[in-house]
Amino acid sequence: MTIHLSIILWLPAAAGLLALIAPARLARWISLIGSLAVLAYAITLLVDYDRAAGGLQYVTDMMWIRSLGIHYALAISGLNLVLIATTAVIFAASAIWSLVDEPDTARPGLYALLMGIAQTAVLGAFMAQDLALFVIFFDLMLVPFYFLIVIWGGPDRTSAVLKLFIYTLVGSLLMLVGAITTGVLAANGGEPSFLLADLAKTPLGSSTQGWIFLAFALAFLIKMPSFPFHGWMPDGYSNMPIGVLAVFTAILSKVAAYGFLQVALPLFPDAAVRYQELIMIVAVASILYGSAMAFTVDSARLVLGYSSIAQLGFIVLGIFAFDGRGADGALLQATNHAIVAGALIFVVAMLARRTGGSEKLSDMGGLAKGAPAFAAVFLVFSFALLAMPGTANFVAEFMILLGTFTSKMTFAFIAAIGVALAAFYALRLYISAMHHRVGAKVSSFELTFREGLVLVPLLLVVIALALYPQFALSPATDGTTRALSATQQVQGSGSVAEAGEAK
Amino acid sequence: MTSLLAAAAPPAPTIDWAGLAPLVILIIGSIIVLIAGLAGPRPIRTRVVPLLTLATLAVTIASVISLWGENTQLIEGALQLDPLTLILTLLICGGAVVATLLAWRERAAEEIAHGEFFALMLLAVAGMFVLVASRSLVSTFVGLELLSLPLYILCAARVREERSLEAGLKYLIVGSVGSATVLYGFALLYGATGETGYNEIASKISSAGLATDPLVLAAVAMCTVGFAFKASLAPFHQWTPDVYEGAPTPVTAFMSIATKAAAFGVIIRLFDVALRPAIESWRPIWIGIALITMVVGNVGALRQSSMKRMLAYSSIAQAGYILVGFVIVTDLGVQAICSYLILYTFGNLAAFVVVVARERETTEGDNISALRGLGSQRPLLAAVMTLAMLSLAGIPATAGFMGKLRLIEAAAAGDYAWLAAVLVVLSVISMAYYLPVIAVMWRGEAQPGTDPATGVPALAGGAPEADGEAGSAGWELTAVGVLLSAAVIVFGIVPQPVFNLVASAARGLGFN
Repeated sequence: MTIHLSIILWLPAAAGLLALIAPARLARWISLIGSLAVLAYAITLLVDYDRAAGGLQYVTDMMWIRSLGIHYALAISGLNLVLIATTAVIFAASAIWSLVDEPDTARPGLYALLMGIAQTAVLGAFMAQDLALFVIFFDLMLVPFYFLIVIWGGPDRTSAVLKLFIYTLVGSLLMLVGAITTGVLAANGGEPSFLLADLAKTPLGSSTQGWIFLAFALAFLIKMPSFPFHGWMPDGYSNMPIGVLAVFTAILSKVAAYGFLQVALPLFPDAAVRYQELIMIVAVASILYGSAMAFTVDSARLVLGYSSIAQLGFIVLGIFAFDGRGADGALLQATNHAIVAGALIFVVAMLARRTGGSEKLSDMGGLAKGAPAFAAVFLVFSFALLAMPGTANFVAEFMILLGTFTSKMTFAFIAAIGVALAAFYALRLYISAMHHRVGAKVSSFELTFREGLVLVPLLLVVIALALYPQFALSPATDGTTRALSATQQVQGSGSVAEAGEAK
Repeated sequence: MTSLLAAAAPPAPTIDWAGLAPLVILIIGSIIVLIAGLAGPRPIRTRVVPLLTLATLAVTIASVISLWGENTQLIEGALQLDPLTLILTLLICGGAVVATLLAWRERAAEEIAHGEFFALMLLAVAGMFVLVASRSLVSTFVGLELLSLPLYILCAARVREERSLEAGLKYLIVGSVGSATVLYGFALLYGATGETGYNEIASKISSAGLATDPLVLAAVAMCTVGFAFKASLAPFHQWTPDVYEGAPTPVTAFMSIATKAAAFGVIIRLFDVALRPAIESWRPIWIGIALITMVVGNVGALRQSSMKRMLAYSSIAQAGYILVGFVIVTDLGVQAICSYLILYTFGNLAAFVVVVARERETTEGDNISALRGLGSQRPLLAAVMTLAMLSLAGIPATAGFMGKLRLIEAAAAGDYAWLAAVLVVLSVISMAYYLPVIAVMWRGEAQPGTDPATGVPALAGGAPEADGEAGSAGWELTAVGVLLSAAVIVFGIVPQPVFNLVASAARGLGFN
């Protein structure tokens, strides 16, 4: 029982509240200091976590709602350790962005509060070791984004955000019903407990697992988003303010991917094995569809949006290979993609500044002229996006494909096409923005100091991961081994539930 | 001689006056309020009368708390004082307190005189107490009428406004049809079983094998339809939006909480106790009603520009959710219903508080445009409304979410997980009418002229809206709104006290 996780969890929301009360000119500073404090705490955890021991550490467990058996249970494991640090990095980058690059937006206190709540909810979803708590944080995550988009969003924000909300809530609320049913059935008339550890001990019957697993999968696939559940994405992405979009695309999708490993596979192994190919088909379809769209759309933002669909397809594929290497790769790729996609969202905003406010590729071109440093930074991120050998993304995609080859070779072959397609859309984005003929409204200038403050730290993270991916991989292995043990047992020996019933 | 007398006059029923205290206090209080309302000086009418009403309600609440934990029968088995009665009475009194505060400066109370207005409200509360406590057909009907008649008048309390009169008349007609249907059902039930007490009816039905008796089935159908009218369940809900819109807003707020609680109290008792042996014949019907009600409420609320109409449909949808807790017929289900009714109250009343405030501050009435730009103009009120909408929508960390969570849990435990799934999918529709309210407040700029600071002159002419000139809302509205929205958050994070409160709700109903 430690208080560390409660501090790191509630710190962002507390800082946001402080920013709301404080004078407006201080709000962004308070928000930034809060997010840097979280980052410092997260790095301390990263260093302090006992990698040799593995398992759950810094466990916090209190009864929250006694009547329902819901615990306030938090812990750090190999699965969420790196993702929590990634979250802290991205939110800090977003706070820097709003402080130095968008200092004129209205109501900074409210903005800081909402971002604080968002970070708390994301961290809560990552740390939760209680099924109901996870679902509650997962649903809560969405709420601040409603306000962030409605108040600061683009021209179609009202309808865009409604679409986003309705899409994601259908999945999330069905997941809620599934979660509650899981808890109630596992209790079997006795005292209910929603602790993941308790639930894993009493697996549900094979047929009940089916619909509950699908409810969870739907919620996660919508949130990512994954083809064909991405209907909210184009409007949603187009209307989000930049600082919000960076967080949304970088982190929220990863909570969904993490949810598969943390919740869906350990609790519903029978169903996960049964629907393995279905989910893999969705993953491969996402890779192909996302890549195809990413090299046809004209909006730079949507190139990134669709590329996210493809990248998340890889992550899901790696998880559902039910192979340790695949899942490790997926987890590493989650971090890589969060950093790279977040950074590229900021890059798009910087491109728009140099093209008279347009984010269309057809209005860009020739931006590299007079901006070599900017071009270089952008190029590094583009290479990372396309998983150039030498980057951590390459390592991750390689491991995902390796894992998939061993379990489902056909899927691996098709997914490998996606690797080539990634080079197409990433280079298309880079070349049509930075090279080609100079656009009509383009007035290029070098990376400013303020822009550098946002991009350079992210660049350093990318380079660090490229040099030493093992740092992120080593705790992951312990986490994924535990996450996959149930499904591998099912694959090896038939149903866990039946084995349990036979006892 | 004495024995002859004793034979001629039936023995007087033994009455436990302590147990009846809430009822007695409410009736005496309403008489005092009525008399005080006759006083000449205006300050007595406008200040003392509401204060007396609040005092009566406070004493009633105190008596309810002092009776907490009782489980006895009153007046020879006509009424039952059990946790369900006490919980719902507490909730109803709480709703009445808020409604009284909302009505304090309301024109409606002015128009039909303060004494009458608040005395009728107390009488309605008394009727609700009788209704939720009754365990026999006769007392149920008495309670039903004691609650309905004052409400018919209250709905029409703005006597100078056509809409209000129309609402009163509509409610009177539909309510009477509902009452008549219920009464017919009761008559058939009595005819079939020869009993009026709920427990006696239940044992008669099961011992004589009357569960599929045509008379009992007809009675079930009549009672179902009648109470569906009363509780505004689809497809018997058509009166609700008109009445909610036309009635003075404090009355609407009161109805949306108290009438609903009372109606579900009696539905639980009648069906879960008296008609339990015939469960196979009524459960499918009620499941159907639950589904239709959820769909109609959620779809109807879309694209409403009147906040009160939107809240009316929302209240229908919420009633549909509550039915999910009802049709599973379990201890947990009754607990979930009580939790939901309590937890939903805060958000719902908070929304009405803001509607009333904007009705007084702007000339837009209850139209959603009255909320435009509230976020920059009156951030506190906007925050109250925002939390209210989030709670009604059932967003995590609000009271409404915990209410839904409890319903889902009860449904899952009662083997009706599919019904819970339908509930959540349909409640997603509700995002499309709750969230735009929030968007209007926080994104739009205030319309010129709606700001009380600019001093818009009252509209000329004889339209009833002409006297609705912009004024100030009154400090008590802000205070109530802040308290309610604080409760939304507090119970959204720490719901255990509410769950403890309702833990014994089903004790008097004889489950397992």
